[in-house]
Amino acid sequence: MELLFFLLFAGLAIAGAVATVWMRYVVHSAFALMGTFLGVAGLYVLLGADFLAITQILIYVGGILVLILFGIMLTPPDRTERNAKRVIGFSASLVAIALFLAVQIGSVVRWAEKSNLEAPKATAAPIGRELLRPDGYLIPFELVSVVLLVALIGSVFIARRRKAVRVDDSSTAAILAERGTLQQKAGA
Amino acid sequence: MLASFSGFLSVAAATAVQHADAGHAAAAAAAGPHWGFTDQDMMRLLAVPLLPLFAYLIQIFIGRKLPRQGDWLLTGAMFCGLGLALYEFAKCLGAWSPDFQVSSRAMGLGWKFLSSTETSLGQPVPNVIAGILYDNLSAAMLVVVTLVSSLVHLFSMGYMHGDSRYNVFFANISLFSFAMLGLVLSDNLVFFFVFWELMGLCSYLLIGHFYYKDSARKACVKAFLTTRVGDTLLMIGLFILWNQFGTLSFTELYGKVEQLVVAEGGWPLWLTVAGLLVFCGTIGKSAQFPLHVWLPDAMEGPTPVSAMIHAATMVAAGVYLVGRAFPFLSPDARLVVALVGSFTGIFAATIGICANDIKKVLAYSTISQLGFMVAGIGVGGVSAGLFHMITHACFKACLFLGSGSVIHAVHTQDMREMGGLRKKMPVTYLTMLVSTLAIAGVPLFAGFYSKDAILAKAVERALLDGHWWYWLPVGFLFTAAGITAFYMFRLVHMTFHGEPRDREKFDHAHESGPTMAIPLIVLGFLAVICGYGYHHGIPNVWPEHGGWFQELWRDPVPHEIAHKLAGAHIHDAAHVEHVQHLAHNSAMMGSLAVAGLGILLSCAFYLWRKLDAAAWARTFGPVYTLVLNKYYVDEFYSKTAIAGTFLVSKVSSLFDKYVVDGVVNGVGRTMRGISGGSAAFDRVVVDGAVNFAGLGTQAVGSVLRLLQSGRIQQYVTLSVIGLVLLLAVLILR
Amino acid sequence: MGLAGYLIVAAILFALGIACTVARKNVIYVLMGIELILNAANLNLVAFSRFVGGLDGQIFAIFSIILAAAEAAVALAIVLNVFGLFDSIRPDDPDLMKE
Repeated sequence: MELLFFLLFAGLAIAGAVATVWMRYVVHSAFALMGTFLGVAGLYVLLGADFLAITQILIYVGGILVLILFGIMLTPPDRTERNAKRVIGFSASLVAIALFLAVQIGSVVRWAEKSNLEAPKATAAPIGRELLRPDGYLIPFELVSVVLLVALIGSVFIARRRKAVRVDDSSTAAILAERGTLQQKAGA
Repeated sequence: MLASFSGFLSVAAATAVQHADAGHAAAAAAAGPHWGFTDQDMMRLLAVPLLPLFAYLIQIFIGRKLPRQGDWLLTGAMFCGLGLALYEFAKCLGAWSPDFQVSSRAMGLGWKFLSSTETSLGQPVPNVIAGILYDNLSAAMLVVVTLVSSLVHLFSMGYMHGDSRYNVFFANISLFSFAMLGLVLSDNLVFFFVFWELMGLCSYLLIGHFYYKDSARKACVKAFLTTRVGDTLLMIGLFILWNQFGTLSFTELYGKVEQLVVAEGGWPLWLTVAGLLVFCGTIGKSAQFPLHVWLPDAMEGPTPVSAMIHAATMVAAGVYLVGRAFPFLSPDARLVVALVGSFTGIFAATIGICANDIKKVLAYSTISQLGFMVAGIGVGGVSAGLFHMITHACFKACLFLGSGSVIHAVHTQDMREMGGLRKKMPVTYLTMLVSTLAIAGVPLFAGFYSKDAILAKAVERALLDGHWWYWLPVGFLFTAAGITAFYMFRLVHMTFHGEPRDREKFDHAHESGPTMAIPLIVLGFLAVICGYGYHHGIPNVWPEHGGWFQELWRDPVPHEIAHKLAGAHIHDAAHVEHVQHLAHNSAMMGSLAVAGLGILLSCAFYLWRKLDAAAWARTFGPVYTLVLNKYYVDEFYSKTAIAGTFLVSKVSSLFDKYVVDGVVNGVGRTMRGISGGSAAFDRVVVDGAVNFAGLGTQAVGSVLRLLQSGRIQQYVTLSVIGLVLLLAVLILR
Repeated sequence: MGLAGYLIVAAILFALGIACTVARKNVIYVLMGIELILNAANLNLVAFSRFVGGLDGQIFAIFSIILAAAEAAVALAIVLNVFGLFDSIRPDDPDLMKE
């Protein structure tokens, strides 16, 4: 039964990833990515990480995917960018290399895998305690909250609507202007 | 691994570190009661670098909103730092001992990081404890750095007035000061290196302050990249030291090196190499001979920045590094240090004769004086070299700020358009004249004492050692001293004396305001007095003491001399004392002679007009052209190093385009070929041939095109290839 | 299912993530590829935490998810900015640094 679910979720994750790489339209890829996220969440459940599974769905599907969809919405579609040969070549060669290395490493490295592990219990409460224990992960936890705040402010700052590039500000404007004329010439 | 990571962060929060190192406990006990220094003193010392840092942080966030764009905040922070530094310096003088040394390690304070409970090969992994080392050298450096940078802050309030990036400028020079102060107080090479790199960044930002000028942009990149060459070598040196000794703390390194040398009866080759690599950091940062090219270009920055770089921060850090590293430089490494330093001294001085830009003259004079300091340390006169660094900080800061004042008044940097400014700018003239007298080595001014000490040390070294190559630095240094006197007076004559050459600019000129005049006066005053007390005490103030410099900074006695002294060699103590006396007298006579000659010649050329400079330049035509073009070092680099880099990037780009992409495309085609039949093979061969032909054509056609690909995905591909190769090596090993 | 199965799934996801980052000429795909890579790494962490014992792996995965969220926000802002400046979202177009 567990094997069945493992195959189901692993298949969902891998199929989603393959579809993400392959789809012609970026929106389709984004939805395929949701399949991967859900499949990985299922694998987390099988691994007894219930809190992480919920977090995965909440943050990846509910947050990051929505962000990516916003990104897609705000940029123009590009139907011609996919180079099928390139995509197949990269995917196939990279997967082959990864599997080869994984098997090689698996045959060389000996993990401290424990045979008599107790069945997983609910993890939310122990994780919470560990995160707030002063000699546990309290300081990384606080630091990461600062990082989130900085990222929030930073992204707002970067993405804010600004006036046209000031000409006296840098040579960027000059270079861009030059390019624009070149492109116009090429177009004409 | 995870535990150690969280361990690092949690220990980072607590400042107190217990360490059960037995050797340390013993050392701490031997040092006595920390010379009366308490935890509060350590906090005050820590505050000296942290004040500018906090001011910097406030400034970058809300600086623009503050009244006067926040310049008072940063200047105030620097002056508070100066006050604290002076207070602690007084305590250090109160101790009055050459063994004075307070370190936070011995007091059980410090910030432990990179700590780990893991073991490697049964040994605990060495860790790094950040801490403060405060001895006579850091005490003096701290005062000089805070003094010069607070005066530069004050000067900038006038000089940079009205600049569009006034607030950014102040923030950056504060960060610069923070980095230098942190470097001076670091007790280990790890943190030393961190601040060292931070200073590289600040110099980049400040040299490129006028970034809309093309030359400034080029200069800041050049400075950054050139010093990076030295920094990389320095880092390799640090790796060697860490690998061999398991520590990078200065005090521990000194002890371990001494043990090693005594145990082995000599200096191992790898230690020589490590010492030379560390010295390469100095070559880059202090602009010594092969890597000096960035410093003259760094004049593109605003003049106060030049004063900072040349007097208090950047280049002083390099000299400070050799001084600190001296005990683990082997005799061979010291000889190289002395040769490089003295050669730089004469090399840069000759270029200084021909330069016409007032700031360029000062830049080459800085390189030359840095050569003096480095050579002084190389011949064993650590205290002399570092003393010259301190006196040089005073008079060179004064000269730069003075030149800034001149440029501010006449709006040109070309000395050929100046002249006669003496009447218009009396304060600037007097302070610069005093500093010029100091740098030229005229008795009773600061530079005389320090330069004389270096020359004496070089002569003494040559007399004691007897090999002919120890006479090379002596010859170089004396010549350089004479040339220095010549071109510095040339600067003064061309700028201040004679008739104005450009009447319009002359009429426009005026004396600068008080924020610019006060630093000049203070520094000019220091350029006179800060040399006193090197050899002799001040009779009425400290009757019981001799010269503070010689009593407080004993030169570390090199091991081989110590051994010779212990053995029955001819170099007994009386002989050494005799040689020292002889060397001192001859050096003083010699330096007086060359300085006087240089000054007389410059007067003959530029003041009395008895000799015609242009005619002499024609006489020495080829030599003059060679020197005027700075010996073509820049051209040499652009033909070799820079063109080489472009060639490598070009080749790797072609490699990527044809080999990497080719492999990927090939895999794709093969996959298709399996399903699609035999036609694909044909295409691969044909395409390959076409691509190959294309490669040849393109390689020939675009060799001279500058190519950095700028393609992100290509970078990712390359790093994945690297990862795969690494893993393959690890597995198949 | 033992540890090895999860590691192989993670390896495949990782490889596809790299392929997605490298093979497609659209910055959004680069972002998605990075998310795939991070998911693969997280899967490894959680699998090791399950089969070796201890909660450290899961806590690390939580940190990694948080940082992924921060990364996505900043990266999206950069993408929009690049689009505003260059009128293109192909990763090869913003190459002013080479001028």
